[in-house]
Amino acid sequence: MSWTRKHLLDIQSLTPEEITTVLDTARAFKGVGERAIKKVPALRGKTVINLFVEPSTRTRISFELAAQRLTADIINFTAEASSLKKGETLKDTAKNLEALNADIIIIRHSATGAPHFLARFLNASVVNAGDGAHEHPTQALLDIFTIREKKGKIAGLNVTILGDILYSRVARSNIWALLKMGANVTLCGPSTLVPRTFEQMGCKVTYNVEEAIANADIINLLRIQHERQRQTMFPSIGEYTALFSLNKARLALTKPDALIMHPGPINRGVEIDSDVADSGRSVILDQVTNGLAVRMAVLYLCNGARSTNP
Amino acid sequence: MAHEVAERNEQGTQVALVGIHKGGVHLAERLRTQLETIWHHPVPLGFVDVSMHRDDHSERLPRSIQPTTIPFDPTGKVVVLIDDVLFSGRTVRAAMDALTDLGRPKSIQLAVLIDRGNRELPIKADFVGKELPTSLEERVDVTWREDGATADAVRLVKA
Repeated sequence: MSWTRKHLLDIQSLTPEEITTVLDTARAFKGVGERAIKKVPALRGKTVINLFVEPSTRTRISFELAAQRLTADIINFTAEASSLKKGETLKDTAKNLEALNADIIIIRHSATGAPHFLARFLNASVVNAGDGAHEHPTQALLDIFTIREKKGKIAGLNVTILGDILYSRVARSNIWALLKMGANVTLCGPSTLVPRTFEQMGCKVTYNVEEAIANADIINLLRIQHERQRQTMFPSIGEYTALFSLNKARLALTKPDALIMHPGPINRGVEIDSDVADSGRSVILDQVTNGLAVRMAVLYLCNGARSTNP
Repeated sequence: MAHEVAERNEQGTQVALVGIHKGGVHLAERLRTQLETIWHHPVPLGFVDVSMHRDDHSERLPRSIQPTTIPFDPTGKVVVLIDDVLFSGRTVRAAMDALTDLGRPKSIQLAVLIDRGNRELPIKADFVGKELPTSLEERVDVTWREDGATADAVRLVKA
């Protein structure tokens, strides 16, 4: 198995072979969730800590369930109810958690590089559950897992990412993963949120939504990240919806087998119409199911690599 | 081996086969073909990957991990577990754990092509193709025509 990493910090540093290993492993773990007994003993006796310094519901729950299905013990740590509020540094908090013999620390933080920082001094495995606007590796892995499952391949597909790219860690991780796996990536959204600099990564950038979706096999919609915007980047939600929302009329312009993805939470009537979100073309809930399998695979692989080469 | 399985389980109506990834897959498929000829009825076949149930996950990662596909309810069935080489017995223990997570078989039997001895657990095969006493320094390689080999072969290799 081509996996020797005890941490999963980003997609940027992974090889296509390593990405494929995660996807193949996740395929095996997906079966566990479909059984009467949805649990395997692969991480029995291990301790996993969800260190969520920035709020999250779905990613935290997904990791929590993933750890439980692997028979690990899991503790949820949220910033609001912790000593971080009393002035403890992130490093001290992490060291304290490790002193409790944590095997895996899953971190969500508003600062770019927080997981990489922890990985420098912790013996425990560190898994990035989103760092600022930088990366969200497990989201990208579950997105390409879903694409591969539905389309049978990733290479050669036209994938359009539509929405707030600038502030989106989901977009960055997806761009890395898709390009490494040989897909063609088109980015679209308001020009203030989709700077041309992304062309340097190897993406196509367009501000015309009809052009962006016409040849797409996959359309991945991103939420407007109000919480990360320092000033208003476009005139109004109404204008964004008029220009970029995926509605029925625009869906009619897409290829008949184009799939609609969204990392959630969706804002119905803003970036996506209710009809479209609930249509047969939407794989949004498949992404949620697959996210669990992908996170089980990531915990399993990182724990295995840490035990093999500490 | 198929005839031994058929002799032990007369009509075979309760019997289901489960091959253990990866070594047991081809043997399981061949046994099914033989048993369907003997019994004149379809024999359910599934495959189990034991990686998630092994007790040495912390010591080594498997080369790859395959989906477990058991397209029948094992509850009440006589399940014949099938593998190529029986060695420490740890794979079989893990396979029994995996199987009992899916249901409660009436009984579990074990069929292996090669029993190379050196057991670490109290596990014994019901059906053995060949007993091959080995030392821990040796390795048993099984090759199958299904995988593109020119001939089926079992080789005892000095490790």
